[in-house]
Amino acid sequence: MKSLSGALGSGEFVITTEITPPKGTDTAGIKEKARLLKGKVHAANVTDNQRAVMRLSSLAGSILILQEGLEPVFQLTCRDRNRIAIQSDLLGAWALGIRNILALTGDHVRSGDHQEAKPVFDLDAAQLVKVISTLNEGSDMKGNALSGKTNFFLGAAVNPGAEPQEVQLLSFQKKLSAGAKFFQSQVVFEPSRLKIFVEEAKKHNAFVIGGIMLLKSSKMARFVNEKIPGVLVPPAIIEEMDKANDPVRQGVEIAARLVRELKGIAHGVHIMTMEKEELLPEILSKAGV
Amino acid sequence: MIVTKQKPMAEILKYLKGHEGVFLVGCGACAEASCTGGEEDCRKMTEALRKEGLNILGYAVVEETCHMLLSQRVLREHWREVEGSEALLVLACGAGVQAIASFSQKPVYPALNTSFLGTVLRAGNFTEFCSMCGECLLGKTAGVCPVTQCPKGMLNGPCGGVDKGMCEILPGRACAWVQIYERAKEWGKLESLKILLAPKDYSVRTRPEILVIEPRRQ
Repeated sequence: MKSLSGALGSGEFVITTEITPPKGTDTAGIKEKARLLKGKVHAANVTDNQRAVMRLSSLAGSILILQEGLEPVFQLTCRDRNRIAIQSDLLGAWALGIRNILALTGDHVRSGDHQEAKPVFDLDAAQLVKVISTLNEGSDMKGNALSGKTNFFLGAAVNPGAEPQEVQLLSFQKKLSAGAKFFQSQVVFEPSRLKIFVEEAKKHNAFVIGGIMLLKSSKMARFVNEKIPGVLVPPAIIEEMDKANDPVRQGVEIAARLVRELKGIAHGVHIMTMEKEELLPEILSKAGV
Repeated sequence: MIVTKQKPMAEILKYLKGHEGVFLVGCGACAEASCTGGEEDCRKMTEALRKEGLNILGYAVVEETCHMLLSQRVLREHWREVEGSEALLVLACGAGVQAIASFSQKPVYPALNTSFLGTVLRAGNFTEFCSMCGECLLGKTAGVCPVTQCPKGMLNGPCGGVDKGMCEILPGRACAWVQIYERAKEWGKLESLKILLAPKDYSVRTRPEILVIEPRRQ
């Protein structure tokens, strides 16, 4: 299997997924997932204390899956580190063999399990993209030369469902201008919403990977609508899930359909399997990719 | 103005426990407007503390407690009560409490928490527009401060959590960047929002700040 950047560069439709590191030091689970996904996806994102819930670091998690032969996308947020720590972690990540970064602002500490924490946000995601571009050119953000530069494949996030879309485009365009080469989108149930972002990205020779979530029940679909900002599961899909005898099977069908639709729009799909990694091959084969 | 909120009584009582005789100092400026440190608030606090069995010797409201010379003058005028007390309870912001603590020979305790620099929308209705970052960006953000109005301090557009124009963290509040975008559109300044704003320079705001100037002669 080609690397993520290699595959995107050669026009392959890429598949990425997501791994959440453990809350604790037991790494058996993350390693097992990595082995299961190896060869089935181009890369797996390793989340950085997602929803501001404290877990094993995304840097360590990325190394762990790399050791199992699965290419990581190291997710890095601005929530918990200032610009010194961020650059330092980036140099460390490159030195340890990490090649893909997803630069994120990060969920606010108020979303998580340590709500009293000091939110750092010394940089925002667009500034972080710029900082990584600078490291790739061989200097730190103050212009000091690096002895050994990075050459990260630089990614950022976009939420095609966030309204108003024209304001969301502002952040997107800034990340593009700052040097983002690929985007992974928030979960999208109406793939056409991605089109405008794909068009913009093409002008900068950048790629857009559409986000898909495997729905496991209609309850989960309703939860998404209530709790995840800027994500809408359309009523028709909720109805499909309601009527299904086997909701997980129905979820697989819907995910496969979304993959097919996104194939005509985006450069790849990012599938969040919600702890059901074993269903990923089935989603892909049903989608014909 | 500086918006303050009264501390829980349990915390105040814990500070004052064991002090025989307490004198209260209020502030006639910001704390008065916040209804936390004016004449009436000092009277209410006196009553509440007396009900708890404390010996309150009286109170004085300084025009501006953060003005150290004013505070010193007022406490000198009340020297008898101050002498007779074992502690001072200050109903003012942190600047006021420290102004008094810096010259007081008796232990000084805060009765309030200092919350934010408030813009007064109308009497009793305050909102935080400015966080005193020392490097004003309002000329680049259509007069809406993202450092203050956005919980993540996003300088280059909204995060992905904006939901139908609203902030995901602050219920019922419009996203700062939606406000900025709409204002800039109204002013015909949308183009200026496309510039990538650099990370903030925190070296201009190294705490504690000191400013010494030649005061204007009246």
